[in-house]
Formats: sequence, structure tokens, C-alpha cells
Amino acid sequence: MMSESSSFMKGMILGGIFCLVMSFFGTFNSGSHSEGHEHLHHHLKPVSKDELQKLSESQMTDWTLQVRVYCLIMVTPKLLVHWATANDTWSKHCDKSVFYTSESSKALEAMDLQEQDEWARLRKAIKHAYENAGDLRWFFVARPTTFAIIENLKYLVLDKDPSQPFYIGHTEKSGELDYVEYDSGIVLSYESMRRLIEIFKDEEKCPERGHALWKTSEEKQLATCLQYSGVFAENGEDAQGKELFNKKSISTLISDSMGQNPADVVEACCSDMAITFGGMSQSQIQVLMYGVYRLRPYGHDFHDSLTFLPPKDSDND
Amino acid sequence: MSSFKQHILFLCGVAVSILLSIMYSWVLRTLTPSFALNGNKPAVKHTAVSRRTALEFSQKVRVLCWVMTQPKHLKSRTQHIRATWGKRCNIVLYMSSEASDFPTVGLNVSEGRSQLYWKTIRAFQHIHTHHLDHADWFLKADDDTFVVLENLRYGLSKHNTEEPLYFGRRYTPFIAQGYMSGGAGYVLSKEALRRFVKGFADGLCTHNTETEDVGLGKCMETMKVQMGDSRDVLGRQTFHPYPPDYYLPRQTRRPRPWYLLYEHYQPVEGPGCCSDLAISFHYIDAVQMHTLEYYTYHLRPYGYKHRFQPDEHLNNRTNI
Repeated sequence: MMSESSSFMKGMILGGIFCLVMSFFGTFNSGSHSEGHEHLHHHLKPVSKDELQKLSESQMTDWTLQVRVYCLIMVTPKLLVHWATANDTWSKHCDKSVFYTSESSKALEAMDLQEQDEWARLRKAIKHAYENAGDLRWFFVARPTTFAIIENLKYLVLDKDPSQPFYIGHTEKSGELDYVEYDSGIVLSYESMRRLIEIFKDEEKCPERGHALWKTSEEKQLATCLQYSGVFAENGEDAQGKELFNKKSISTLISDSMGQNPADVVEACCSDMAITFGGMSQSQIQVLMYGVYRLRPYGHDFHDSLTFLPPKDSDND
Repeated sequence: MSSFKQHILFLCGVAVSILLSIMYSWVLRTLTPSFALNGNKPAVKHTAVSRRTALEFSQKVRVLCWVMTQPKHLKSRTQHIRATWGKRCNIVLYMSSEASDFPTVGLNVSEGRSQLYWKTIRAFQHIHTHHLDHADWFLKADDDTFVVLENLRYGLSKHNTEEPLYFGRRYTPFIAQGYMSGGAGYVLSKEALRRFVKGFADGLCTHNTETEDVGLGKCMETMKVQMGDSRDVLGRQTFHPYPPDYYLPRQTRRPRPWYLLYEHYQPVEGPGCCSDLAISFHYIDAVQMHTLEYYTYHLRPYGYKHRFQPDEHLNNRTNI
């Protein structure tokens, strides 16, 4: 009897040691993999519903006040139609929106930077915004060809401290450089802006006019300057990992999804809390404005933890 | 003890140990919330409270939807209705010239524009025979119409289905009391359905036109069915015979464009055209069908308090 059970026990012990060793190797591999993974792509998600529900009323109020957004919309007279559309639609939902133009236009008001070079213009706009931020702590830079849902931007950065360096959007890679794509909008915290202003003074690391024979795009120049300041690009996504910043139009995304996921087109396509879309015409944007802020099924309530009120003097939201 | 038996026992020990470890880690994984596994937690879907309201409404205001379609359109159009708003009807019937596994109901008609009114007549007769008691209201839609059922139920909830009523996008010409646009979809009360079928049975209504919405409108007038006003409390339209981009973009003051010529009520262009609680849009292709589904049921601004709060407006208008 003893020898029987001891054989069995020996077997159990060996099996147990075997499993332990296997699982140790498993976590070791996945551990190093995820670490390497994180260095390549920083992912940034909104605060979870559970976390939000734990907050007190006063904390909620604090956060609502803190998460106010200054929109920098970079326009040119060539983009007049989209400029007018942005002016009439999504920019009304920014706490402050300023249109920065390369040259003035009789049709619309803007901050005339009198600057044709796009990178130089962006630098000027950033300086101006930082100096005129007041108590706004989040900055959103976009062209008027982008449509943004500012409430969802606020939801994304709600629990992030703007005195920390944040640089968020849809990230792409160029060699060793991770940068945020301009076409889907760039989010910067107050601290990132402050560091940018500082590094703008360094003509070596962050030149105003490029020295190279070819011109690097402003989005990459921005990323380089930020990187020198220790600020790294992060990809904005929802709890399920779906992209929040999109440079494609909704019809393109839906169309793609119909090809790839015919059984579940909308679920697979796009986030419910998407922040930006691009490449849409003026009339598509006016329909999108209605689709986002007005069209809804009666009786579906969400009980969100925060409330954002509609802007004054507006009739299309 | 024989060494063979010892070896067997040893191997059993190994096997049992491995099995227990696997079971333990499986149990751990399914119980642990993780980003990788969705588990049973839908991320930003509607809360339990909102589902209940929608459910209660759907039981109190039962809508039978019938979609006018044809075999050629099942793949290109009708499947997208089935994938989106079709399932929100209490009953949905896809009416075609042929029965199929889609499933479609086969009506005793042939296809073609000239047959549309026959299709409508046969469809309503079929519904009257088989489904009269299964629903309270009866909606007709085209296979390129997008419908928001919740908003239809909300509008209909204030009305009595035993009264002879018919709602949709009211057009003026051809018939004294007007008629409802076919493409935008129209909905009959139970009594209206009875009268329509009775009209044909008694010979008071006949197949006198190929244009189904005009034909039905004429029969409604003959059978003394009342035209409803489907506009919301701010006077904005809910049924739309064209896609949203025909109405919403701002326009400078101009004479009525061709697609607004038939309007019974003074049309409004720009944001005031359309109710937040819109019920239908028409000439919607497959991509737009899913796009409208995304706009209506998915994409939303977090925390936004809508400007239009329908329940805060109380008035005595006899409309939707």
C-alpha cells in the first residue's frame, strides 16, 4: 500500500513541477514580449466605467472643470469651404477655438499668422495658444478637413493629468520615430505645450526652418521636437482597442468593414466613442453633426458620469 | 507490488497533476477580467435601464414591418435591412414575388414598377389574413428605407390603433386629402388596415393606378381613414423620402427644389428639416444603411445633454 501511494505521489509531484516549469517559461516569454510591445506602441484608453462610478460628486466636478479644450484649427484660404464648415459645426464644442490662417480671408475671421510655411505656422500657433490658454489645459490641433467630437476627446483625457506630458492621436511609425498623424488630429497636454515652447528655442534640435534638402512633414517635426523633450506619442483607443482617431471618412470605414466583417459591419468598424474622422465633404459633415448630436432612438439613456451642455447660439446640435 | 503497477501509478500521478494545473489556470482565466478577452462585459453598450424602457415600449406598441422587395435585391439591399433595423420590428416580413429562405413571403404577383400597387394590395391582404392580431400598427417600407423603430413607437404611442389613422410623409397632389410618400414609409392603424382590405373586398377600392402610394392614399380617402401629422412637437419632419443630405445642409433662401414640390407642410431646409427623433430616410444604399445604424445606435458624444428633450414639451396637438 505504501509503495503504491508513494509511486502515485511521486508522479503527482513530478507532474506538478513540470507544470510549474512550463508556466514559468510561458510568463517569461509573454512578459518580455509585452514589454517590447509597449516600447513600440503606447496605447492610451479612457477611464473605465467602474472607475468613474467610484468617484465622488466633487471629484466629478473638478474633473469636468479641468478637462477643458483649446482647439487650434489650422486653415488656409484654399480650404475655405471646410474652414466654414468647421466653424459652423464641431469647433463650437471646444471651450475655446481659434482658427490660425496662413493669410487672411475676407470671408471668415481668423488669427492671421502671415506664414506660408506649415511648420513655422504650426509653431506660431502653438506659441499663441500657450500664451492665451487662460485656464485651459488641453490642446487639440487639427485641420478643418477633420471632424472632431470634443466630448469624446474629453472623455479620453478625463483621468489624465495635464501637468504631465501627453501627446495623443493616431500613431504611425517612421523609422525609429513614433509620431501622431496630423490628419486625424493631435492632442497635447499643457505640459507638452510648455516643453514645446522651451525646445522651440533650440535651433539645433528643433529648427524653425528645416536645414535638410528635403522637407519633413510638420507632424514628424513636431514628434521629433517632442521626443527631445521626453514626450512620446500615444495611440488613442477605446476599451476594446478600437481606434478613436481616424483620418478616413465614415463611409470608407463602413465600406471596408462590409468587405472584411460582413456579419458585423458596425460593431467591427468603428468605436462608439470615436473622436475624429477625416476626408468628408461639407454636406457629409453637416449630416454627421446631426448624426452625432441629434439623431437617436427614443428611450436609450446612458447615465454617463459627466454632463456636457450644448453650446450657446447653435441650432445644429 | 509489481514494478509495472508502480509505473502505472506514477504515470497516473503525473497525468492527474497536469490535468489539475490546466483546470486551475483555465478557471483563473475565465474569472479574471482582461482586455484581451471580452467575456460577458460589453464595453460601451446600452445600460440595463435603457434596454428595459425600449423593451416595455416594444411590447406596448407592437409594430409589424413589411418590406417591399424582390429576388434581385435580397443580396444588394434587403440583407442590410435584415442586419440593421429589421430585427427591431416586432414582426418583419420581406414581401417579394417569390417565397425563399431569406425568408421572403411570396405574393401572387410578378415583379416590375407596374406591379407595385398589386404588391401593396396583396401584402396588406396577407397581413390582414395572417397577422391582424399579432401587432398594433402596420408599417410599409421599401428595401432602401432606413427606419428607427423606437421613434416610430414613441410617435404612435399617443394614438389609438382602433381609430382609422395613417401616418407618413404627407404629400399634396392627386388626392384631395393628400397621401403618404411610399418611399419614406407609411404606417396604418389596425382599423385602417381593416378598412383597406374591406375596401377591396367590397369593390369600393380598386387597382386604379400603378403608383402604389397614390393608390393606397385614394383608398384611404374613400374608406375615410384620417391623415395623421407625423411631425414632432417642434414641427420637424420624422419621415423622409430622401436621404439626410438632401435636407440637412444649410441653404440660402431659394425656391423649392424639385424633391420638395409635393410637400403638404411648408418644407424647411437646413437643421430645422428633421426631427432628432427621425423615423425614416429613403434612397439609402447599403453603405448608408450601416452608416445610419452607426449614427443612430452607436456613435455618440459622451455625457452630452441633448438640446431637444421631447418629454419636456407637452401640448395638445393631435400629431405624432
